Amino acid sequence: MNSQLILDNAIVRDEWITVESPTITTEVRKQAGKVVMFKLTGEDTLSEEQIMATALPKNGKILLPAKVYLQHKDVLKERLKNKEIGIWIDTHEEIGSFISEINDINQFPLIGVRVGKFADGRIFSIGTQLRIKFQYKNDLRAFGDVLRDQLFFLKRTGFNSYLIREDRDPNDALLALKDFSSPYQGAADEPYPAWKKFDRNQRERD
Amino acid sequence: MYKYDAVDQKLVDERVSQYEGQLTRYLKKELSDEEFRPLRLQNGLYIQRHAPMLRVAIPYGLLSSRQLRKLSDIADKYDRGYGHFSTRQNIQFNWPKLEDTPKILKELASVEMHAIQTSGNCIRNITTDQFSGVTPDEIVDPRYVAEIIRQWSTFHPEFALLPRKFKIAVTGSNKDRAIVQAHDIGLEFFINKQNKMAIKVWVGGGLGRTPILGSVINEELPWEHILTYSEAILRVYNLYGRRDNMYKARIKILVKALGIDHFRELVEQEWKFIKDGPNTIDESELKRVASFFTDPPYKESSKHNLNDYVDNKAFKQWLDRCTHPHKNKAYRSVTLSLKATHQAPGDATSEQMRLVADLADQYSFSEIRVSHEQNLILADVQEDDLFGLWEQAKSKNLATPNIGLLTDIICCPGGDFCSLANAKSIPIAESIQEVFDDMDYLHDIGEIDLNISGCMNACGHHHVGHIGILGVDKDGSEWYQVTLGGNQGNFASIGKVIGPSFSAEEMPTVITKIIETYTTERHADESFIDCAVRIGLDPFKVNVYGVKGDKS
Ligand code: HEM
Ligand code: SF4
Repeated sequence: MNSQLILDNAIVRDEWITVESPTITTEVRKQAGKVVMFKLTGEDTLSEEQIMATALPKNGKILLPAKVYLQHKDVLKERLKNKEIGIWIDTHEEIGSFISEINDINQFPLIGVRVGKFADGRIFSIGTQLRIKFQYKNDLRAFGDVLRDQLFFLKRTGFNSYLIREDRDPNDALLALKDFSSPYQGAADEPYPAWKKFDRNQRERD
Repeated sequence: MYKYDAVDQKLVDERVSQYEGQLTRYLKKELSDEEFRPLRLQNGLYIQRHAPMLRVAIPYGLLSSRQLRKLSDIADKYDRGYGHFSTRQNIQFNWPKLEDTPKILKELASVEMHAIQTSGNCIRNITTDQFSGVTPDEIVDPRYVAEIIRQWSTFHPEFALLPRKFKIAVTGSNKDRAIVQAHDIGLEFFINKQNKMAIKVWVGGGLGRTPILGSVINEELPWEHILTYSEAILRVYNLYGRRDNMYKARIKILVKALGIDHFRELVEQEWKFIKDGPNTIDESELKRVASFFTDPPYKESSKHNLNDYVDNKAFKQWLDRCTHPHKNKAYRSVTLSLKATHQAPGDATSEQMRLVADLADQYSFSEIRVSHEQNLILADVQEDDLFGLWEQAKSKNLATPNIGLLTDIICCPGGDFCSLANAKSIPIAESIQEVFDDMDYLHDIGEIDLNISGCMNACGHHHVGHIGILGVDKDGSEWYQVTLGGNQGNFASIGKVIGPSFSAEEMPTVITKIIETYTTERHADESFIDCAVRIGLDPFKVNVYGVKGDKS
């Protein structure tokens, strides 16, 4: 199949339309309230102007920037009920900052996290937080600079869906899910550490 | 020491295959340089001046004789017959071929070793006191919790790509020999009022460009929470640490920017959700791991023969400098000095490694430790055996009686090997060792830490040396800046620059003048560092520069 998307352990067709906000070059203001945080990571979040300029596809399943969804959430109520709305965030956005505006995170069948660069490991903490802190149960998708060598870590931090970067073969990437068979520590996918899963007292003493 | 079970072995074996695949893809150009970089770094592979450099993990500095023999074989087979023991208790090979690295890793895996997370932006090898488990001043043996932390941090999926490297050090003694305050997380084990093991947790220490000592984030953490608590610290760091500027990406910068109280608050917020969760350590796991670190079968001393050698001055000097008190009165710990003149500090040849492995088999229950001062240690040697051990160690130049003295220099690879260097460091160490070659004079000067780094990354810990030397670049030529008054241990402090920097040729004279200032000014029995703290920088400056602060 000609698709870059992995869901669980298989390559599948992408049923979702991922919506991105247009880039606007005018000055983007930092979000109030969380100034310290954003200053520290040195990144901007979507501006009001960008949010307003984002076009919403009329039909089908749409994966929207979280801020865009929040802006339009009233008109999207029906579609949300029909499981047609997912949200996505960038790795520098904080779920905690808008979680109060969402009454049940599990009403979304899909949440996406976009990773801009391979080396940006924030995505792993975001996955962990979504699964453990916010108890999110449905599909969790990584997209952006997603390559084979992140996959095992993404899986362990709660992701079950990966949109592999255009120029790479998703069949190849699939192999990475099996890199390690019995990891040491408990994480989002498997909460128990090795010492709770295996009998590790069987050894020969010399 | 810890022995692998099937779980441990499988993990390192699977790692070798994974890495082999990554290298193949890289060589077939399916991975770009940029994509391969973080992958090879996570496996200890740097691309340096001459060749790749491979850094092999020695968890908390503990080696078996079998492992050391394997390292010596690797040095012969894939390198140029030597290896470099680093201040982080690891070993580095300077000349392996890229294509050989999977083979080297396979050989390492056959003796329960690996290069996992020895570099890259992840949790690095855990370091500790080289005298853990044997020193009389120990309160808690930190090695078994260190092993549990090692396992937890190995391929921790959430912390695989941190903003920057992350170093954890542990100590369980009154006297901190692990510089816990200069680490991203420093753990000091103690026994609390309820007679339970607890941990004082420091965060945000580090050397490098911006030397900062850690702040206490938790005065008393019950031991069972150490993994979940560390996870909370790392999560906050992973999410909020700077990624836009690698010089500001260490956790110390975040802790400083937020303030320790705000940082602690964020950590507590995260910890709430995982505290008491599945990664909480339980008694049975502690027991399982602790059972690997029990005492070897010590014997009573039979001969009490140390007094037979009172007239042997060379042996006495060695006994004095290179052996250390042991909790068992019939035993001593022995430091084998890798600081002989004309051998780069911390380097050991394959022949030396083989001899040390033999000595460990013969005298010290087949175990060796690496100290962050870049020496090798036999931790459990019976007193009766010391003389014989000394004679054998001398045969391969491993018995220079200079431990803790001026020529026991801590030194990074510097400009001879490292592509980040501003200046060479090994030749500076050598020129100082050459000038101070009189053992009696060295013993008279007494204990002193001299540390050299070839650039501000501070791999040689120059900030915490009593005398620190830092390579600096001035218009493309190599210069050296000198600091005084740095210290490690419980009274850790950062040294102060004495003035304008010097050329390489000037360095032996500068150090001579600093030492002369001390020997003139000192009170009876006053150590260099105590004297330097008491009299301040000025007398040293006057002696070194002629006039206060100006270069003559
Ligand atoms: C030759 C290859 C090496 C390279 C390229 C290298 C690179 C670096 C860099 C860039 C830093 C600063 C990181 C930062 O502050 O964020 C650093 C720190 C450090 N390196 Fe190295 N290093 C090398 C070899 C060594 C060796 C041989 C040792 C031990 C003798 C060593 C021990 C350390 C230590 C202890 C630090 C700690 C300073 C700190 O991070 O607080 N490194 N290294
Ligand atoms: S201190 Fe600088 S020169 Fe020395 S090894 Fe580290 S990076 Fe290289």
